[in-house]
Amino acid sequence: MKITAEIVKEHGLSPEEYQHILKILGREPTFVELGIFSVMWSEHCSYKSSRIHLKKFPTKGPQVLCEPGENAGIVDIGDGLAIVFKMESHNHPSFIEPYQGAATGVGGILRDIFTMGARPIALLDSLRFGHPDHPKTRYLLHGVVAGIAGYGNCMGIPTVGGEVYFDESYNGNILVNAMCVGLVEKDKIFLATAKGEGNPVFYVGSKTGRDGIHGATMASDVFDDSSESKRPTVQVGDPFTEKLLMEACLELMSSDDVVGIQDMGAAGLTCSTLEMGDKGNVGIDLDLDKVPCREEGMTPYELMLSESQERMLFVAKKDSEKRIHKIFEKWDLDVAVVGRVVKGETVRVFHQGECVAQVPTKPIAQEAPQHDRPMRQPAYLKKTENFSLQGIPLPKSYGEVLKRLLGSPNLASKHWVWRQYDHQVGTDTVVLPGSDAAVMRLKGTQKGIAVTTDCNSRYCYLDPRWGGILAVAEAARNIVCSGGRPLAVTDCLNFGNPEDPEIMWQFKEAVEGIAEGCRIFGTPVVSGNVSFYNETKGQAIYPTPTIGMIGVLDDIKTHTTQWFKASGDIIVLLGETYEEWGGSEYLKLIHNRVAGKPPSINFQRELAVQKTCLQAITGGWLHSAHDCSEGGLAVALAESCISRDEGVLGAEIRLENSLRQDILLFGESASRILVSLSEKHLPELQKVARIHDCPFEVLGVVSSGRLQVNSLIDEETKGLREIWMTAFERKVV
Amino acid sequence: MKFGVVIFPGSNCDRDCVHVAQTVSGNKVESLWHKETSLPRLDCLIIPGGFSYGDYLRPGAIAHFSPIMPEVKAFAERGGLVLGICNGFQILVETGLLPGALMRNVSLKFICDRVTLEIENNKLPFTCRYPAHSLVSMPIAHMEGNYFADSETLKRIEDNNQVVFRYHGDNPNGSLHSIAGVCNEKGNVLGMMPHPERVAETLLGGQDGRLLFESII
Repeated sequence: MKITAEIVKEHGLSPEEYQHILKILGREPTFVELGIFSVMWSEHCSYKSSRIHLKKFPTKGPQVLCEPGENAGIVDIGDGLAIVFKMESHNHPSFIEPYQGAATGVGGILRDIFTMGARPIALLDSLRFGHPDHPKTRYLLHGVVAGIAGYGNCMGIPTVGGEVYFDESYNGNILVNAMCVGLVEKDKIFLATAKGEGNPVFYVGSKTGRDGIHGATMASDVFDDSSESKRPTVQVGDPFTEKLLMEACLELMSSDDVVGIQDMGAAGLTCSTLEMGDKGNVGIDLDLDKVPCREEGMTPYELMLSESQERMLFVAKKDSEKRIHKIFEKWDLDVAVVGRVVKGETVRVFHQGECVAQVPTKPIAQEAPQHDRPMRQPAYLKKTENFSLQGIPLPKSYGEVLKRLLGSPNLASKHWVWRQYDHQVGTDTVVLPGSDAAVMRLKGTQKGIAVTTDCNSRYCYLDPRWGGILAVAEAARNIVCSGGRPLAVTDCLNFGNPEDPEIMWQFKEAVEGIAEGCRIFGTPVVSGNVSFYNETKGQAIYPTPTIGMIGVLDDIKTHTTQWFKASGDIIVLLGETYEEWGGSEYLKLIHNRVAGKPPSINFQRELAVQKTCLQAITGGWLHSAHDCSEGGLAVALAESCISRDEGVLGAEIRLENSLRQDILLFGESASRILVSLSEKHLPELQKVARIHDCPFEVLGVVSSGRLQVNSLIDEETKGLREIWMTAFERKVV
Repeated sequence: MKFGVVIFPGSNCDRDCVHVAQTVSGNKVESLWHKETSLPRLDCLIIPGGFSYGDYLRPGAIAHFSPIMPEVKAFAERGGLVLGICNGFQILVETGLLPGALMRNVSLKFICDRVTLEIENNKLPFTCRYPAHSLVSMPIAHMEGNYFADSETLKRIEDNNQVVFRYHGDNPNGSLHSIAGVCNEKGNVLGMMPHPERVAETLLGGQDGRLLFESII
């Protein structure tokens, strides 16, 4: 086939990029080669617009065993154990086909984890949908949740946490970010490196079909009216096969036969072959006639670009073929030697005896084009920043405002969602969904881990840099509230079209904010993913850099939850409330304004609050700890009263503060944790707070049936729970 | 007491069952791959939860044809104890070792939640340590737990005290007579939708399930 300018364009390659290809090859590419360049240099696979910015992240630390660049990041947690984790987006396919898009998102992130030799122990999903009343929202919500449930439940990996938010900025582009956490012995980690001339290259798992061809290219473009027609680029998942593949691979990796292993995700056989060759400084000869096929007559182009799910590629030692066949026969999976490691740094692809592609690994993988795209501060910021509360009337009834907040889909209980996820399989889930972070025990040790995902995208819209910092800070606070010590971060950076200078500016600012936050909290970024082009007809999503954080509990018994435990306990606020209202849920929901600057953070104060809380939890003094975030202090108080399944409690609260009363109750100042404890431990908490110079205020006591705040709020907590428990189903299901 | 846990392709509560059975009995638990055609010497066989064969066709329908199943049947006929949990219950029903059928939940959704159960029969080797008619709390996690049997069968199992567990209060899935677990006529084969292995430690929210394993011992 003659490569024309039009074909090049259809492959998402720019004329400059095509010139670069001609230079690398010294000739015109074959059609297969053009396909290879196209997927490898897609934004999704090459990170061409983001790479120069991602270098700003702190990625090192004594706990880090594996930095970004591998299938997932790895941190040491002592006792010879390590945690492998990563978050990844599956936004574009989930919008086109919600069930399969979300399901294969889960499947993909699971493979990233077990590819490294780890057994997955937990899944989390950070989800964002359009306005609750948008005609597509319900359909997408049902499909995505069912897809996540269908895949994760069948795999037997508990889905223990995440987020669900609704905002009109996601009307045309929903976000499905899946995170997986796995456990591995420190000395049994596997990397995606091909080595050893003559070693066989194995293909295992599902047969290759024609699904998902150019999935990576599709995810590297904006949507328009024809997006529905891209459905064939969405892969179809089979969790049963993935379960077999996972067990078989873990069995395989308990032997000494594997040299390197990589899953086939985006860009399928192409990406796995080129990346493994590149990392090992070797070449690979690939024989497509050996690839197990689902359909007849597949062309080399289709075979190289298919994104059929549940497939792995690995390099093994020379004499191991018999043993390897035996393992995969046990699990009834296809296994075939499809290639050999060869000298040099070239991948050659053969089909029916003919060489259909011959490409050098390094220029395609490592030296993919990088863009320093132009940036410009968005014009909208002048408007949003120039806004004052003058003219915003005080509410007539603070109780009514509280009820509206608790009854909004963004703040209401998400049990409709997590009830569809098996969150207990594996018998390690100590804190189930519904608290600040999920807590997992690690069998055979005293330890546990806390896991959370966080991002307030409205903050990021109003100030991407502070939004990034705040997302990291909130994640750290959620980990601390559960009793964990923040350890490391994975991120999933969801943005609009990077060719738009305003979007690129948002991206750069958010990355720098996250980098700063991670340095302050000592949580390096060890893995992550960038998803650009979340944009439809010029309308971009809010910048949404989702943070996934892992923390470690040295003694699992000290874990803590957000709800009050006993009436008579003292309620204390660690931290202070300031005159901050920008970007708040209150302003959006009650006054329909998205404006102002997000809350500020004084790092010293934030660290003081976190240290005090964690020391009090490990000291065994706290009965509950809850981060104050969306909806402010009033919502945090209400949640602590009503989120306990064993029956609601109440609180009698006296706030001494001269702030505007709506700000005092619903403002979202950062660095605040609401705790409860028995009176006898109050002096100890006070002492620790003093040592850390942490603001400390006794707010009141836990009572039985009513939430009373000054003379502003007096509500029966049973009624508040009813609203909070049923709102999600009433409004979005 | 010697436990064995059968592993089908797609089982995913096998490791949880091994963990609990090992902790409670103090003996090594045998993991039995479904392609085995003979059983070691055992006292109790557990058919664990999960998605055997991906739940394709119908939950439990394909597992019923696994090479190990004739051995499981023979073991049950000899009087050996067989405990099917969740997908294990579905498999035992498909195999005919237990009466009735398990249909899709009335909500047509997967349900993972905590339920309260009433112990209806505490005279069995599986339940002898539970006080009569006591209420216990256990998790459920299934898509097809809606118990069904024709009226004749239903009457027979009720009359014979074969209903072992009943949902107390809310019926989560639409099961007839709120049935959560049934046994065979002889009382040596038990199937249940709730997961006792998930509440066998205080750290995980209770010990109500541990009592079942202690009963067996």
